[in-house]
Amino acid sequence: MANLQFDLVSPERRLASLEATEVQIPGADGDMTAMANHAPTITTLRPGVLRVIHGGGTDEYVVVGGFAEITADSVSVLAESALPRDEVTQEVYDGMMAEAKAAHDNAKEVFQNEPGPVDDAAKLIADMVAVGGHIGLTANN
Amino acid sequence: MPSLKDLKNRIESVKSTRKITKAMQMVAAAKLRRAQDAAEAARPYAERFNAVMGGLAASAAGSPSAPKLLAGTGSDQTHLLVVMTAERGLCGGFNGNIAKLARVKANELLAAGKTVKILTVGKKGRDAIKRDFGEHFVGHVDLTEVKRVGYADAQGIAKDILGRFDAGDFDVATLFFARFENVVTQHPTALQVIPATFEETEGESTLYDYEPSEDAILADLLPRGVATQVFTALLENAASEQGARMSAMDNATRNAGEMIDKLTIEFNRSRQAVITNELIEIISGAEAL
Repeated sequence: MANLQFDLVSPERRLASLEATEVQIPGADGDMTAMANHAPTITTLRPGVLRVIHGGGTDEYVVVGGFAEITADSVSVLAESALPRDEVTQEVYDGMMAEAKAAHDNAKEVFQNEPGPVDDAAKLIADMVAVGGHIGLTANN
Repeated sequence: MPSLKDLKNRIESVKSTRKITKAMQMVAAAKLRRAQDAAEAARPYAERFNAVMGGLAASAAGSPSAPKLLAGTGSDQTHLLVVMTAERGLCGGFNGNIAKLARVKANELLAAGKTVKILTVGKKGRDAIKRDFGEHFVGHVDLTEVKRVGYADAQGIAKDILGRFDAGDFDVATLFFARFENVVTQHPTALQVIPATFEETEGESTLYDYEPSEDAILADLLPRGVATQVFTALLENAASEQGARMSAMDNATRNAGEMIDKLTIEFNRSRQAVITNELIEIISGAEAL
């Protein structure tokens, strides 16, 4: 089976660069799986779990924000923040939740008459809760 | 002529100065390596980002619905200068050079009848331009507590800038920082971030599918682009600062060494003069008997 080049970079470091057979991406409009010869696509990410399947097994990363660039033979994910799933402990997750909540509160205050940003922030929280569900952590308030 | 005791004290004090500058140089060298590694690590992200943005921006630039961050507000009356410098001194001309570039630009804009607003990042630059442009200051970002610049710091600054832009405070934003070339050379640089400028990507461009839509992606990515550029500037600045400090401290150490040599010679001379004097006194005393 044809492989594709997978790169995962965050602003602070390059997390992964390897040959993969399949990459599952949490796109803004829904999950998608990229394999070799995928049509060239650029999609923004929602907070979620990025799954990379390669010859040596499966790697999972928790990504928040950013976008993915898919071409026929490569997938580049530029995540605003990305962590290997193992590194996302309850503590880290709580921090992320707190950040999402703070953003929501902030949006409520700043954009009192515009529902758009507030809804976006609320969606961020919902996505974060969903991420927690995926990786077996619970959002406590 | 200074007494022997004075000379001795001076030699001692220059010696301890040399120890301090030497230590600072070594600390700067270690920090420089870390700063360079950080800048290196951030490069793939910035490169990919700019490549994708370049493609997106090129196709969106012509359309009338292009976001303001890309197309501008249609005026260039009010300029925001973001002057990014170090929190600490003792790094040669680093802070001064950035401040000078910003000052020249500000004077140019003022002469052209534009409004200038200044946002400072880092204490040293603020101090340097306060006297001339203090009344143009609109804000200050303090990074004194930050040991190691992270993306979160850049996001904070970008948020500040974008908030002001959304509020209609300015039309054009320019970052001032020093681009790191090597330990002895750092280039003070002015980089316009709003309206966004991207280098034209060469070669054939792939036709992408966009999800959700091209406009939505562009609107989502442009603010992130500001953060990315601020982050790159912060990292370049951090590396430049340490590089400048390293060469400044190297010079200082060498100067101190030369000074010690000179003072030691002077000290030995005066000591010899004292001995000769004493001998003459003894001998003439003995002869008189």
